[in-house]
Amino acid sequence: MTQLVKINVTVNGVPYEREVEPRLLLSDFIRHDLKLTGTHVGCEHGLCGACTILFDGQSVRSCIMFAVMADGHKIETVESLGTPEHLHPLQEAFMEKHALQCGFCTPGFLMTLVDYLGDNKNPTDEEIREAIDGNYCRCTGYENIVEAVKLAAKKMAAHS
Amino acid sequence: MAERVFHKSILRNEDPQILAGKAQYLDDIELPGMLYAAFKRSDYAHARLKSIDVSEAKALPGVIGVYTAEDFGDLVKPGPLQVPPPTAIKGATYSSRTLMPIAKDKVRYSGEPVAVVIAESRYIAEDACDYIYPDFEPLDAVIDLEKALQPGATLVHEDLPSNEAAHVVQERGNYAEAAAKADVVIKKKIYVDRVAAAALENRGIVINWDEKAQMMTIWCGTQSPITLRNATASRMGLFENQVRVITPFTGGGFGPKINTSMPDDVLLTELAVRLNRPIKWYEDRRENFLATTSERDQVHYAEIALTKDGKILGFKDVFYHNSGAYDPYMMTVPLNTQTHTVSNYNIPNFYTEITMVFTNEMVVTPVRGAGRPQGVFVMERMIDAAARELKMDVAEIRRVNLIQPDAYPVSTGIIGQDFVEGVLDSGDYPTALAKVMSMIDYKKFREEIQPKARAEGKHLGIGICTFTEGTGVGPYEGAKITVGGNGKVSVATGVATQGQAHYTSFAQIAAEQLGVEVKDVKVITGDTGAFAWGAGTFASRGATVAGTAIHLAAVKVKDKALKLASKILETPESELELVGGYVQVADIPGKKISLGELASMANPMRGTFPPGAEPGLEAVAYYGPPYGATGAGCMAMILDVDAETMKPKIERLVIVHDCGIPINPMVVEGQVHGGIQMGIGNAFFEKVFYDETGQLLTASFMDYLFPQATDMPPKIEMGHIETPSPLNPLGIKGVGEAGAIPTPAAFTQALEDALYDTGVEIMESNLSPSKVYSYVMKAKGA
Repeated sequence: MTQLVKINVTVNGVPYEREVEPRLLLSDFIRHDLKLTGTHVGCEHGLCGACTILFDGQSVRSCIMFAVMADGHKIETVESLGTPEHLHPLQEAFMEKHALQCGFCTPGFLMTLVDYLGDNKNPTDEEIREAIDGNYCRCTGYENIVEAVKLAAKKMAAHS
Repeated sequence: MAERVFHKSILRNEDPQILAGKAQYLDDIELPGMLYAAFKRSDYAHARLKSIDVSEAKALPGVIGVYTAEDFGDLVKPGPLQVPPPTAIKGATYSSRTLMPIAKDKVRYSGEPVAVVIAESRYIAEDACDYIYPDFEPLDAVIDLEKALQPGATLVHEDLPSNEAAHVVQERGNYAEAAAKADVVIKKKIYVDRVAAAALENRGIVINWDEKAQMMTIWCGTQSPITLRNATASRMGLFENQVRVITPFTGGGFGPKINTSMPDDVLLTELAVRLNRPIKWYEDRRENFLATTSERDQVHYAEIALTKDGKILGFKDVFYHNSGAYDPYMMTVPLNTQTHTVSNYNIPNFYTEITMVFTNEMVVTPVRGAGRPQGVFVMERMIDAAARELKMDVAEIRRVNLIQPDAYPVSTGIIGQDFVEGVLDSGDYPTALAKVMSMIDYKKFREEIQPKARAEGKHLGIGICTFTEGTGVGPYEGAKITVGGNGKVSVATGVATQGQAHYTSFAQIAAEQLGVEVKDVKVITGDTGAFAWGAGTFASRGATVAGTAIHLAAVKVKDKALKLASKILETPESELELVGGYVQVADIPGKKISLGELASMANPMRGTFPPGAEPGLEAVAYYGPPYGATGAGCMAMILDVDAETMKPKIERLVIVHDCGIPINPMVVEGQVHGGIQMGIGNAFFEKVFYDETGQLLTASFMDYLFPQATDMPPKIEMGHIETPSPLNPLGIKGVGEAGAIPTPAAFTQALEDALYDTGVEIMESNLSPSKVYSYVMKAKGA
């Protein structure tokens, strides 16, 4: 058995101290050690984007990072956004524009987009497509996601 | 009157839970004491398995067991056929060679399991696979469909005389006579290649055997929970009600998740009982490419016979269909190809011949479209070739051959995947074509936009295609509707959901009858503990077949509620209505009783119970159509092709679609969008590529090009036609596969039109810039 490494990581504002194998993927740490199963794993090689989280505020793919790399860092997952009763404006926009079907890729899109919309308040269709180009979706054909992002930008402007 | 909720875009019940990351998908399930499985898979496509050494793997800390064929005894035999053979078709011949749960003496595809590891973690289980040493004697791989049938070809199944898996001929009219009378006969060879369903969530399974209760619970994102339950129970000698299959939230299906009696479910149910501990397996993406079924690979020799003014007299299609290494799903896919080749055109003489071929590739079973895109591709490409030969406009040649709206029902003379003769129940194909031409401004494109673009040296081309989508096939589905004491409505049905909005659209159907809010209808799909009968989610049938059963059950519950309320409110049923969760007297405000109270009263705990009565506000209903409902549509696409790089850009994409009466138009549009994305992928980006040794060269998203947001057109412009199906009381038809069906054909036509100055003809889908370039070079004689 490999030696375990102690890590301290703050996830969705909650500090955790855990011992992990050095090879444990960050995505598996989040999902299986912390039981935050909103983050999904679709390809495990960094292409599909379903596992996207915020790492110190920046969107990254958690399936191509190790848990030990998160030592001393802050992570946000989809669970940090809204609850079923009180959705985040971006989540509301996804619902209102029918931007999800099976929903498996959705947490990755949401985390990519909260980061993106933080810096880009009023993106064009083309800019949005570029922004989500690293997130795969098999159900929606992306069009309603683009519409949802535009609506979310408006909603978030109204909230701020 | 209650507000109408059927045929209305209503936001989805399931979304808040999914969006908040609170929906439970398969890999989210953890049980106490759970073990984890990994499969050691063959690196060879075709080889004898001489021996296998698992001793090192077994010795790894955390490994519970490593199992090979010899550990499974009688279990190591071909599994059940999932679809019956085509005995309804006269003269059909077939050999069924179903999947083995684990390879014993021979492997027949790259990725076939040779051992399974059970360990305390997924990491350890996967580690252990690297310490398993199979001794293979490689054999020549059977890859090319036509070479596979030549005398002396290597055999995938050595107990068969050849690699022919099945042979079916169907004919209406007499093609040979038609061809003899025709002004023009055109012959072409056409290829369609293989694609992956590539649902974002891979396959997986969680099994818990409760020894004390003698009860097995299986969580699986299967499209057919009833089949999985039945197969598991009969294999294990259990009653069906000792096995409960629950489908959690499922991250897309698109076909391959229909399969049961796969190596994973067969072996892991056995090991869960043997070890008396829960087991989980969640496939990784590489395994999904290697060992989850895929589809499309066909080679067609097509002939079209026409008059000089473009009327099609006859069509002949002799084709080879790749079955992969086994054929557990029999002929669903190629039969769909047969029925969809000519379905929307009035072609009196049609000859179609399938030869299904075993190869050393992964097993072929339906992927969204399921044989239909190939049929449409072949017909549409042949019509384009005819238009070119006859110097006719591509839209006009289609228009003159379409079946007219007064012709329904139209018997096709061709038996389909449901083993009955295909009948087109309803539709309006000419209007769809006219609408698409108007939406894309076809005349203006041809007369102004395209000539101007060409004059500027741009390569702008248009494609226009029509299609049908056979949907809503039998045998049947059922539903149970129960009004709870809480006044809310529970709907349970046997089909499973993989993102199609059943939690909302099924709720709309029930709410429409029962006068409750859509959000107060809780839909349970794919839990055999909640509803134990049905066939599954395939062939765009969930909404049509299960939806109709739900409607029928809701009507029964409504009748029950009215009957009981009539007694209590001392008012004739005809004066009562169901509104806002109450049964009320139409003209007297306040004279009402809630559905919750009625439900409680319908289940008396003391006193007497009249003979013949049934307790509860509950009803079960079943529905089976005589044949499927046929959706249809027309697509046009404008491509701007960079003649240097061969990179196409979709400038516009228009689709007019008819799925009868849409339950929820928003959901229908979403389904079409998704299908089109897959169609664009199939046309130009996606290709499951096996080399000549049967090695899969596209086993990751690095190599398999999944269409991304920037690959799609700026907007999918959609028009609707609603021709109600006469087959069910709601007038509905399926839609799940629509978008995927015409897209490769429209794309390829537009590509040829764009590259008009090269004279290129492309009788192939699953292209790429380099492929298009090689076609162009060939056309130029280079």
